[in-house]
Amino acid sequence: MKPFADLLERLLYTQSRTAKLPQLRHYFATTPDPDRGIALAAITGELTLHAAKPALIRTLAAERTDPTLFALSYDFVGDLAETIALIWPPSQATQLPGLAEIVATLNSTAKPDLPAQIAAWLDAADPSTRLALLKLITGGLRVGVSARLARIALAEWAGHTTADAIEEIWHSLAPPYTDLFAWLEHRAPRPDPADAPVFRPLMLANPLETGDIAPLEAPLYRAEWKWDGIRVQLVSTAGGTRLYSRGAEDISATFPEITCPSPAVLDGELLIIRNGAVAPFADLQQRLNRKTTTPKLLRDHPAAVRLYDILFDGTEDLRGLPFDARRARLEAWHARNPTPLLDQSPLIEFRTLDDLEPPRANARSAGIEGLMLKRANSPYLPGRPRGHWWKHKRDPLTIDAVLMYAQRGHGKRSGLYSDYTFGLWRTDTELVPIGKAYFGFTDRELDFLDKWIRANTTARFGPVREVSPGLVLEIAFDAAQLSPRHKSGVALRFPRIARLRADKPHQEADRLETLMKLIK
Amino acid sequence: MPPVDTWLYPTPQGLYCAPGDFFIDPPRPVPRAVITHAHSDHARPGNHTVAASSATLALMRARHGPCPAETPLAWGEPLHHRDVTITLHPAGHVLGSAQIVLDHQGTRAVISGDYKRAPDPTCDPFTPIQCDLFITEATFALPIFRHPPAAAEIARLLASVALFPGRTHVIGAYSLGKTQRLIALLRQSGWNEPIYLHGALLPMCAIYQQHGIELGDLRPATVAEKRDLIGRIVLAPPSAIADRWARRLEDPVVCMASGWMRVRQRAKQGGVELPLVISDHADWDELNQTIDDTGAREVWVTHGTEDALIHEISKRGIKGRALRLIGYGEEEAA
Ligand SMILES: [Zn+2]
Repeated sequence: MKPFADLLERLLYTQSRTAKLPQLRHYFATTPDPDRGIALAAITGELTLHAAKPALIRTLAAERTDPTLFALSYDFVGDLAETIALIWPPSQATQLPGLAEIVATLNSTAKPDLPAQIAAWLDAADPSTRLALLKLITGGLRVGVSARLARIALAEWAGHTTADAIEEIWHSLAPPYTDLFAWLEHRAPRPDPADAPVFRPLMLANPLETGDIAPLEAPLYRAEWKWDGIRVQLVSTAGGTRLYSRGAEDISATFPEITCPSPAVLDGELLIIRNGAVAPFADLQQRLNRKTTTPKLLRDHPAAVRLYDILFDGTEDLRGLPFDARRARLEAWHARNPTPLLDQSPLIEFRTLDDLEPPRANARSAGIEGLMLKRANSPYLPGRPRGHWWKHKRDPLTIDAVLMYAQRGHGKRSGLYSDYTFGLWRTDTELVPIGKAYFGFTDRELDFLDKWIRANTTARFGPVREVSPGLVLEIAFDAAQLSPRHKSGVALRFPRIARLRADKPHQEADRLETLMKLIK
Repeated sequence: MPPVDTWLYPTPQGLYCAPGDFFIDPPRPVPRAVITHAHSDHARPGNHTVAASSATLALMRARHGPCPAETPLAWGEPLHHRDVTITLHPAGHVLGSAQIVLDHQGTRAVISGDYKRAPDPTCDPFTPIQCDLFITEATFALPIFRHPPAAAEIARLLASVALFPGRTHVIGAYSLGKTQRLIALLRQSGWNEPIYLHGALLPMCAIYQQHGIELGDLRPATVAEKRDLIGRIVLAPPSAIADRWARRLEDPVVCMASGWMRVRQRAKQGGVELPLVISDHADWDELNQTIDDTGAREVWVTHGTEDALIHEISKRGIKGRALRLIGYGEEEAA
């Protein structure tokens, strides 16, 4: 367990991807099976664990510590698990089991026996291992490593394969991945996915800046809408059907209605579509937030996939074909297999790139995020190759709002006031909250905000501070939607802090009616 | 016997000993001062007469120039001044750091300044002194602060140096105390390579070496070529590690050595990639152990989280009082 805790600790403080790779490689090279495989599952989000509630560990801590000292410490640290990890009284440490054994024990221990088991582990661990344990147990393990990065590290460490090759068998494997490690260490052949419905690496687009448009030659490109849902891959083989998110996460159980009438690997956008109209992203969010679904959700929030591309037709790999040829195969496949929940994203006709500017600028209608430009002769390449696909998003909207509440952040921002609720003026004196944002600023700005908030607090409700109106934030967002669930009646899509407007008097922030006019 | 607080008490000019008419670690210049140690929040320039350990006086001279009248005191050597006897004993914080023992009409007060109990090859170890009143620091006076063994933190640093051979490890460390302790710890752990220093760290190292502390091969980082520092360990003041200064280094791994590194948010704030929990202050257990070791029934607590410590010692029947003195813990805390 200690090597895993050490790895997590270092990853937590490492910002750059390239600096994370040596740490992962070192861990895989020096940790035996099955611990390294369980760690890999934990990092990539594939670990199934009966998580405990934070209340359980809080009760454990209360049994071991003085309440006054705990309160003072928690106030200082700002994160429950970290406070407990640090304040837990030291003891004569016995040996702590490995990660795999801990996970197996967690999953097999009866609920009433869990507190005593966790306490025994905490007794045997040092502070950083205690923190890793508590985060693992309460399901708060955020390490800032994507599954993709973990696979790159595996490939680099092995030295004889690529992250894409690992990705293509990934979903036929299961923790603790001993067959994968055996292959990577030259002890066994590559695990054969046979006809398992595995994920294929997606082809991604580069953002197109306005200045980049001119050099593109219109006849070489195809244009299509960039739909405002989530990118998915629908895989159907003799071994089954799976729906994968862009990050190769299996989301089939969340969207059970999405099936595939004939074996294929399809690339598309998952959307909520009612009577042919794409619903706002917030509607899709309602379904994404759950592991499984309910009949009511299925009825009120019907999902569908709008197809962009075809990677496999049956068992035939089409990825080497140019875009135009794949598009023809997609249309043919769709004609052979008509099904209401899969439709095709249309190509947009244009002669010059200037023709595309009005539709892009006006794309703020429901369900469209912008435009995609794809080279007609590009094969389907994994990753984000330059010069093939471009995404041309519509410009964000902005509004000047007033900071109203702040909450302590989690994970790497614990302790700092980093979650912000901001509002607009409904009358000259009444602010109404319109949204929350917790990213979009630099560490320096975060620091400034944290200090400002502490100095301007008017009330505290648990972890939340109310601040006096005074600080204006320029909020960028992709869309505004009517929302009866919000006090203001409006919800923002992708709000983020574009700028701190410490220069602007708060009375001059925007009014709610200004935002209402931006609703589509 | 007069209660201690009738002859030793805080004033706006600092902690004042009335029968001796002198101040301890005064924040502003006074005619007579007794100084615990040379950190600038305790040893300010401009006092007329200064009593302190000879190492502290040497460090103060290097920082501020000489003061008009210096009274160097050896460990345990009594200085009888009016109706007060002043004695110094080591505090284990930095080179020359002292506890000031004051005896007056049968009562004894100990002002510990900053102190730690963990071993430190660069200064004499803290010795507990029996007393009626103990004045303690409280920089890390929360039970979340239990400093790990410094050698284990150095081992983490050296493991990182091995893991990133193409990068330069730059460690933020205060110029007086932390820097020399880090160097000595590295030498104890078998790191015999040259250690490169920011220019601001060199003068204090020279004084340590004059006092017989072995620091090995030290070189100025400023004149070194960027590529010559790859795989090396560089020390710099905390203000320099996140600054332009550190950008001269090849893909630096920014490290920081401080007791505050125990708390993740503190470490994240400074953009630190490798936090090292190495402190020159007593942790929670050391504070409590030391208070018990002195046998004091009354404890005054300065600069830090006084509430928690006063609460804890009250459970053992010890009377605690928060002593709010101005200016402590501002510079070289941690
Ligand atoms: Zn000090």
